[in-house]
Amino acid sequence: MAEISLTAMAHSYERHPSGPEDYAIRQLDHVWHKGGAYALLGPSGCGKSTMLNIISGLLAPSEGEVRFDGKRVNELSPRDRNIAQVFQFPVVYDSMTVFDNLAFPLRNSKVPKDRIRERVEEIAGVLELESLLKRKARNLTADEKQKVSMGRGLVREDVTAILFDEPLTVIDPQLKWKLRRKLKQIHEQFDITMIYVTHDQLEASTFADKIAVMYEGRIVQFGTPTELFENPNHTFVGFFIGSPGMNLLPVTRSGDGVCFGGLDIPLSDDLRQRLADLQTDNLKLGIRPEFVEASEPGEGTHLAAVEDVEDLGTYQIVTARLEGQLLKIRVSEDARVDRGQTLHLHFPTRWLKLYADEYLVEATS
Amino acid sequence: MSKVPDNRAWWLVLPVLLLVAFSALVPLMTVVNYSVQDIFGPGNAYYVGTEWFRDVLRDQRLQESLLRQFGFSAAVLAIEIPLGIAVALMMPKGGIRASLCLILLAIPLLIPWNVVGTIWQIFARGDIGLFGWGLNELGFSYNYTGDPVAAWFTVLLMDVWHWTPLVALLCYSGLRAIPEAFYQAAEIDRASRWAVFRYIQLPRLRNVLVIAVLLRFMDSFMIYTEPFVLTGGGPGSSTTFLSQTLTTMAVGQFDLGRAAAFSLVYFLIVLLVSWLFFTAITHMDKER
Repeated sequence: MAEISLTAMAHSYERHPSGPEDYAIRQLDHVWHKGGAYALLGPSGCGKSTMLNIISGLLAPSEGEVRFDGKRVNELSPRDRNIAQVFQFPVVYDSMTVFDNLAFPLRNSKVPKDRIRERVEEIAGVLELESLLKRKARNLTADEKQKVSMGRGLVREDVTAILFDEPLTVIDPQLKWKLRRKLKQIHEQFDITMIYVTHDQLEASTFADKIAVMYEGRIVQFGTPTELFENPNHTFVGFFIGSPGMNLLPVTRSGDGVCFGGLDIPLSDDLRQRLADLQTDNLKLGIRPEFVEASEPGEGTHLAAVEDVEDLGTYQIVTARLEGQLLKIRVSEDARVDRGQTLHLHFPTRWLKLYADEYLVEATS
Repeated sequence: MSKVPDNRAWWLVLPVLLLVAFSALVPLMTVVNYSVQDIFGPGNAYYVGTEWFRDVLRDQRLQESLLRQFGFSAAVLAIEIPLGIAVALMMPKGGIRASLCLILLAIPLLIPWNVVGTIWQIFARGDIGLFGWGLNELGFSYNYTGDPVAAWFTVLLMDVWHWTPLVALLCYSGLRAIPEAFYQAAEIDRASRWAVFRYIQLPRLRNVLVIAVLLRFMDSFMIYTEPFVLTGGGPGSSTTFLSQTLTTMAVGQFDLGRAAAFSLVYFLIVLLVSWLFFTAITHMDKER
């Protein structure tokens, strides 16, 4: 186990990158603490897998340093870094039995025979592979293969960290849920640093204590699921986390805050102060559908026309038009909302977020 | 539309039947015909049953030749298969250097067999051949026309030079078909170079190795042209392999009955050994 830190690290697959768009990972600093359960969340092609391969040593970063417990490991192979990684598509050594597959990493590390048997049986128990141990790996189904593949990642006890690269892609949903729980249990039991790459926010938040959201080769936010939900510090995080994502309204400056269409949204003094210091006109106001309140007409409410209602069983998503902008609002299952009616919307100041150039403008206090 | 039964459709099979008959069955049956009769001339043939076969199996010269032949094929397989795998493993994975290697490897395969014999016949000569002269200059007493060991060495070397590239090319194509993910997983699992070869590369080379072993066995077991040109089977009969013995019997001595009986035995041996190889390799990794 170790603390993994990335210092001024960047990677490009081009030999001579000519601009920031040539980088799969743009220069970043990041620390993965010892014993944490982390998720690396982001859309396809954002650099998640690249990041993972750099940590494991399959890939050498073109710039910067990777350090394990302060020691530079850029030049070390995965073998010497002693790191485990589970890939998106199952890789099994098909001429070997399931037992031999699971024992393979241990044998390569010269673990004593008795210990290998113990350990393989333990992991096979956790992954429910006991009945398959004597079978040839090539005759397994896709999800059995993936469990074997995962088992090889979990079987070594002394690893620095275990990296998962979307390991549940080929597994059916029910088993997926079960395996995710298993991983969580294994993490609690053995206290190994785990980094889990996924593009599924639900997967990320059930597995991880802290999530790093990646976007265009950058980690745009690193925080607990709650932090990401309540206080997204980049419009992408707002949009990507939550279902549906955050409402983002382009706004312009006005007297006591910002406005869009004919609507004035007052800001706190503090935020107004910050806004005055910013040069940009790329301003957006964000509010999560969960925090928009449909209320009685009154002070500070805005009239919006309901355009669509989706009933999702446990709640409803209302799409309403306000000053030419479409907004999503989450309302409870028993509220009666119909297409064509109007709603009075209220935006609690606490949940209104201001973004300048896509990044959150935070109140200083 | 209802089906109209029309047995005349069977005529459509006729061309294939004729083709197979003329290309395989008729020549083979001619051999069978000769192997059970003593034929002195047209209309002057006597049925002799299995006499030729018993005769052939007891023939000392043939037994020696058969033994030599097995020795040669075993040596060819023992050298060319591992060497071919090794060459394939050392070749670059892609780019201009890989293309260059492939071209260099393919050259020996493109040379006609009697030319290969001629090349080595001259190359290995002690007086004007670079190889033979070089060996002698280095202090080895090397003379493939007089020394049976040197003759064997030269014939084997020639075959290795000629046919190892085939094994290497087959293995190379097999290696290129292994997905990169396997190597990555092996690296993560801290596999040694040997473990990667033993558990990833070798199992995935199985199919091409079946082909390589069968081709090299059959070809080496039926070798004729190159040693005939190189040593003419000598010195003595030390490099006289089965095909050459057979040819001498059939064409030289015009001993058609024995030659036919022996051809059939020869054919059965090739078939049997090929079957053994095939079965052994394909069953090596079956579920226990």
